[in-house]
Order: sequence, then C-alpha cells, then structure tokens
Amino acid sequence: MTTYYSKDHEWISVDGDVATVGITNYAQEQLGDVVFVELPEVGKTVSQGDEAAVVESVKAASEVYAPLDGEVVETNGTLEDEPAKVNEDPEGAAWFVKMKLSNTNQLSELLDADGYKAFIAEL
Amino acid sequence: MAEQATASDLLQTPLNDLHVELGARMVSFAGFSMPVQYPTGIMTEHLHTREHAGLFDVSHMGQAWLIGPDHETTARALEALCPSNMVELKPGRQRYTVLLNEDGGIVDDLMVTRPLAAERDGQLFIVVNASRKDVDYALLRDKLPDNVRLELVEDRALIALQGPEAVAVVASHAPAAAELGFMDADFMELDGIDCHISRSGYTGEDGVEMSVPAGAAEAIAKALLADERVKPIGLGARDSLRMEAGLCLYGHDLDETTSPVEGSITFAMQKRRREEGGFPGAAHIQKELAEGPSRVRVGFKLDGKAPAREGAEIRLPDGTVIGTVTSGGFAPTMGAPIAMGYVDAAHSELGTKVNLVVRNRELPAQVAAMPFVQQRYYRKPKN
Repeated sequence: MTTYYSKDHEWISVDGDVATVGITNYAQEQLGDVVFVELPEVGKTVSQGDEAAVVESVKAASEVYAPLDGEVVETNGTLEDEPAKVNEDPEGAAWFVKMKLSNTNQLSELLDADGYKAFIAEL
Repeated sequence: MAEQATASDLLQTPLNDLHVELGARMVSFAGFSMPVQYPTGIMTEHLHTREHAGLFDVSHMGQAWLIGPDHETTARALEALCPSNMVELKPGRQRYTVLLNEDGGIVDDLMVTRPLAAERDGQLFIVVNASRKDVDYALLRDKLPDNVRLELVEDRALIALQGPEAVAVVASHAPAAAELGFMDADFMELDGIDCHISRSGYTGEDGVEMSVPAGAAEAIAKALLADERVKPIGLGARDSLRMEAGLCLYGHDLDETTSPVEGSITFAMQKRRREEGGFPGAAHIQKELAEGPSRVRVGFKLDGKAPAREGAEIRLPDGTVIGTVTSGGFAPTMGAPIAMGYVDAAHSELGTKVNLVVRNRELPAQVAAMPFVQQRYYRKPKN
C-alpha cells in the first residue's frame, strides 16, 4: 500500500486499484473545527478535479476534489455523525471515501510524502 | 482552502505583535490585518466566551467625537442623520443607532455615547464599522452643521472583554467598571491608565468595550490575559457569537438598500423620532412602520446539520423564492446551524417552514425567534 498526496491537500492510500481518500493534517489545521461533512453517493463516478465531498468548518465551506478518476465504492458514514473526527484523526479514522480507480496512470501526477512536505513548507 | 497570508499594505492594530505572539492566524479584514482565530480554534474560543471571558481586539473600528457647543445642538445635528433619540440620551449612557441615506437605507450602524462629565457637554463619542469609516466620516463632514465638528480618535485602541466573568476581571483592574449598568459608559483608570469603558458588546453576553491609549493597549491586553478566566478571541468566534445573539453585521445583514424596519432593528427608533420623523428617508420609514415592510430580516433554525451561509436562496416548500440568507453558519453554543436573512413579509411568521438552498440541495429550516441564544446583559438591581 502506497500513500500519495495532492496539492489540494488530500491523501490517497492506494491498494491495488482501490484508493482511500481523506484530507491531510495540514488541511484540517487550515479549516479549523469541522462541523459537517457532505459525502458523495456510493456508485457515483467522478473525474479528477470534480467535487467529491464538502467540509464545513465553523467559518466556511470547502470542497474536497476527486484526486483521480474513478467510482466511489464506500464512504465513511461516521463523519456525518462525528465530523470532529476530521480534526482528531484526519489521516487515519477520518477517511472520506474509497474509490475504484479507472486510470492508475494518474497516480504519477501526485506527490509522495516528502514531496507534499516540501509543498506545504512553501505555503 | 488556506487563508492568504497578510499583505504588507494592510494596516495593523496596536495589538498586532501580541496577536502574532499568541499564534493567531491573521487575515485581511476591512483593510486591517486581524486575528481570525488563535491556536485553540473558533469553537473553543466561542464556548470560552459564553462560559468565562474573551478578549477581542476591535481596534480596527472607527472611534470619533462629534463636538458642538452644547448637548442639544450636537444631538440634533446627529438626529438629522439617524432615527434615534439623541437629545434625551442621558449623560453616561450609550445607544445603538444607524446613519441613514435619503431613501431610508442604512449607511452604517454605530454606537453613540453621551459622556458623563459635565465638561464634555456638547460631545458625543461614536464607534463605527471599520469597513464604513470613510463613508461615515465623509457623510458626517458633509452634513454636520458648521458648529458641530467631527474629530477622529486615531491614537486609541479598542479592546472588548465579553462573557459572564468579563466585568469581574476588568473590575480587578478598574474597580469603577463594576458600577456600570448595561449601556452605561465613563472614563476611568485601568491600572492607572485613562480609559473609556462602556458596558456593552457584540456577543449577547455581559462585558465591556474599552477605548484605551494605543501605547498602553498591549500592556492592558496582557494584564487582562494574565487572568486565567480570559482567552484571546478572533474574528471567527466574534462572528458566530454575534449571530447567535441575533445581531447584525453591516455589509451582510444591513446595507444601503435595507431600512431599519426591514432590518428588524426598530428598537433603535425611539417613540418621538418615529412620530416626528425628521431623519433621512423618514416618509418611507414611517410608511413601513404604519403598513409593515415588504420584506423583513428573520432568523432560521435548520433541521439538519449542514449549515446554510450568506447567499443561500430561501424557498417555500412549494419552491417559491421568498428571500436570501445574509448570515449563516454553525452555532457552537447550540451545536446546530443557524441563519438569518430577508424574506417577503408575508412569510416571516415564526415557525414558517422554508428550504435554504445549498449546493442545489434544499435544507429544511423554519423561521425562528432571535436571539437564538438568550442575551445575558447586565441589569442593575433596582433599589
């Protein structure tokens, strides 16, 4: 299993052709207290860059974009009842969706852990 | 997703270094670099203010004096621009009002204080919104008579301390603050520094706003923050606190197209002014008072957990559009989303079922009474 990162502050953990997607610790710090998460329907087909989910903090709503093409195969329903989990364990229990990837070639466009670390250091 | 870092051309308040030292996230607001939140986050800051005391830097707001020959003259000059009773405002008392344009639209909302000291007879102290300073000052300079002048206060910071423990904390540095009733104000010494303190605020809680010398602002803020009951609070929680208290934010809930009647702030219009008129747009506003406005600001409680924010369309269950949300978000004290907005007056009754449209989805809500959270202003015991 390999973990990738996007410049939209998502982490993507890939196992075969299934990717688990969540937002990074940096993202949750920027958002502040998360009060609501809107998840996509299972079965929804998304293209890279499409809005896949929405995170609402006290202050504002932020979109979570699909980092890759694919189909949503599972969503983390616990976030609907416990949105604060996104602040507590963003890169673990608070994953957003699992996607079946339709184009694994797109993985090469993503960052690895060191690349992402360097990216946020510049922000 | 991230807020942009502070641009170098932004103004800084006298507490800027302290905000940075406290780890605040700074954002651009009305031309100033201001703290939106501190490391503990908006939710914690909000709840701390409701339970203990929160310190807010509101130095970006405009402070000024209107100075005329006697109270009657200065008060009448201001009454020509606003619908409140300024002539009968007693010494040492503060009042909320609005400046009006010729159509009766709101140019700004502001606080006006008549000083207690007899030697300041003829003076009124005003505090206006940061975003409206230039407009307000231009209007006042243009409209005030020759014998009433506007004098800006640019060497003072403004610090608010809000929450059930706020006055006890301030009183440990400025004992006279404990003697103030709600909307009373006076000059007094705080740790030996000459400050102007009013018992008022923008959170729905008891508390004070303190106009302090800019050079002493950091020392005063640090002295207050040294009290374990006090935490620094940013603009994020300031917004969620005022929303729960049902209070308007200029530029969002009030603007030049909304009248005080539409804005549901007719409490700012005392009886004599309603009857006599004599303010800009009086004919229009008096007609609205008599016949009811065509649209009105109301509050909403949402059934679900998803917040609706400014700009969300307000629809009846049958799909008819009846208005727009002007402020909305998550209410930390209530653990639920709330909103306010303007609707056709015919659909403004409490309990009216509506849908607020967010991302093309209809969120069920109903018209709810404001304030959403009980205001806890201090009332002096009657002797």
